[in-house]
Amino acid sequence: MAYSEKLIEHYENPRNVGTLDKSDTSVGTGLVGAPACGDVMKLQIKVGADGRIEDAKFKTFGCGSAIASSSLATEWVKGKTLDEAEQIKNTEIAQHLALPPVKIHCSVLAEDAIKAAIHDYRAKHEKQSGQAAE
Amino acid sequence: MSTMQEIKVGEKVAGKNKPKTPIYLDYQATTPCDPRVVQAMLPYFTEHFGNPHSRNHAYGWEAEQAVERARAQIASLIGADEKEIIFTSGATESNNLALKGVAHFFKGKKNHIITAVTEHKCVLDSCRHLELEGFEVTYLPVQQNGLIDLQQLKAAIRPDTVIVSIMAVNNEIGVIQPLAEIGKICRAAKVYFHTDAAQAAGKIPLDVEAMNIDLLSISGHKLYGPKGVGALYVRRKPRVRLEALIHGGGQERGMRSGTLPTPLCVGLGEACAIAEREMGAEAERLKALRDRFYNKIREQLPEVYLNGDLEHRIPGNLNLSFAYVEGEGLMMGIKDLAVSSGSACTSASLEPSYVLRALGVEEELAHTSLRIGLGRFTTEQDVDYAVEHIVQSVKRLREMSPLWEMAQEGIDLKSIQWAEH
Repeated sequence: MAYSEKLIEHYENPRNVGTLDKSDTSVGTGLVGAPACGDVMKLQIKVGADGRIEDAKFKTFGCGSAIASSSLATEWVKGKTLDEAEQIKNTEIAQHLALPPVKIHCSVLAEDAIKAAIHDYRAKHEKQSGQAAE
Repeated sequence: MSTMQEIKVGEKVAGKNKPKTPIYLDYQATTPCDPRVVQAMLPYFTEHFGNPHSRNHAYGWEAEQAVERARAQIASLIGADEKEIIFTSGATESNNLALKGVAHFFKGKKNHIITAVTEHKCVLDSCRHLELEGFEVTYLPVQQNGLIDLQQLKAAIRPDTVIVSIMAVNNEIGVIQPLAEIGKICRAAKVYFHTDAAQAAGKIPLDVEAMNIDLLSISGHKLYGPKGVGALYVRRKPRVRLEALIHGGGQERGMRSGTLPTPLCVGLGEACAIAEREMGAEAERLKALRDRFYNKIREQLPEVYLNGDLEHRIPGNLNLSFAYVEGEGLMMGIKDLAVSSGSACTSASLEPSYVLRALGVEEELAHTSLRIGLGRFTTEQDVDYAVEHIVQSVKRLREMSPLWEMAQEGIDLKSIQWAEH
């Protein structure tokens, strides 16, 4: 399969590979996919005091397209507010990396990973504010 | 100026994408033609171009002689008589002819066929087709090592079983089925035994007499011969009856009409003759290379699993699962190597290898498999280079794998509720 230069570049030099402290309240973690399906993405965001995503990290088990999609996702969420990051669409990721049709699901997974990380961050904070109110 | 620019572009490409020819480690997919085979074929394209079925002039006689010599070379490799060899377009056709040909001949009298779940798609799909025609097919499971259970075979044979089709060597995992034992069981039960020997011919000794094989399929391009030619051995004593699939001039004793492609037949014959002479030494050399490969990988990487039996295996095959690293992702990292993967991502169906699944390899491990095929032109340097690159790539991708990280933290991956998608 012929891949775009951008995709290969992300595969060969992935951005933001790594792990943030899951227990940190400023960190949201999303884990999506399944080993049996051949791809699993873990995407983490660290939200600053200004409400913007100041750092993002990922680890991915999957094909080159999955690795590139998650690498790109971490790059794009940085500096965005949660509401802005939530707006990132899989089609934009697919278009940017010129994913072949059979690899579109990799970009869907990347979008899901962003949403899952945001959801996790918000859930942590709701719980916290809920506890504070009690 | 323009020349300099061109050079620059070239350099950039060379540095980044390394467009040099990858090292070929996919000998179960196909093999290059041996140069000696090509040499033998060449005169039959131009000089001796006659139709081997032309009986009334020298052009035809020359071509016929060449074809008959090739037939004898093929027969010799498997201990058969040359009259028992039918030329075909390849193993797919041979397998179709063996299964459909025999089934059609006995239709109404015997309606049951036995095969195994790990057979090549052309056997499985021929069986599916015969099921649509009203035949019953038993698909034997395989054990964890990839071999069928002989007791299960015995138990599956019925009074109306017409043929048992079990491949000699599996194309993905290289395991060798117990042919002599299967042949004995079939002969005792008076059931035809067909074996798809596409991956076996020229790699391991085959003897249709000692193994009681009634039909045997051969592919040219799997044993350093040309693509587009194959053969089917059809036993004469006791005679195997089959109905032709291709009708016409009645060539090949009426079992396969069509003008024989003389150069291809000569190529297949020469490939068989070379294999017969060199098989022993080649197997020894490949086994040493294979062991070197496997041992070096195991020394440097934990959690690498061999799929299929190691002992009952052709020397030129390794099928390894690199846990926590997806197969296609890995192949992208080792693009200097031409290998294949059992990962879903490399198949049109997006399903992981049905052969690995049949062994009981879990889906997550099936996704991480690579098939490494060594052959006649593989060198020790190739092996060392390949190992180095695979190790490097697996390490890099494991560092990037959330599953590897979780496994290192002692998390049981099975305890997690994964969202299947």
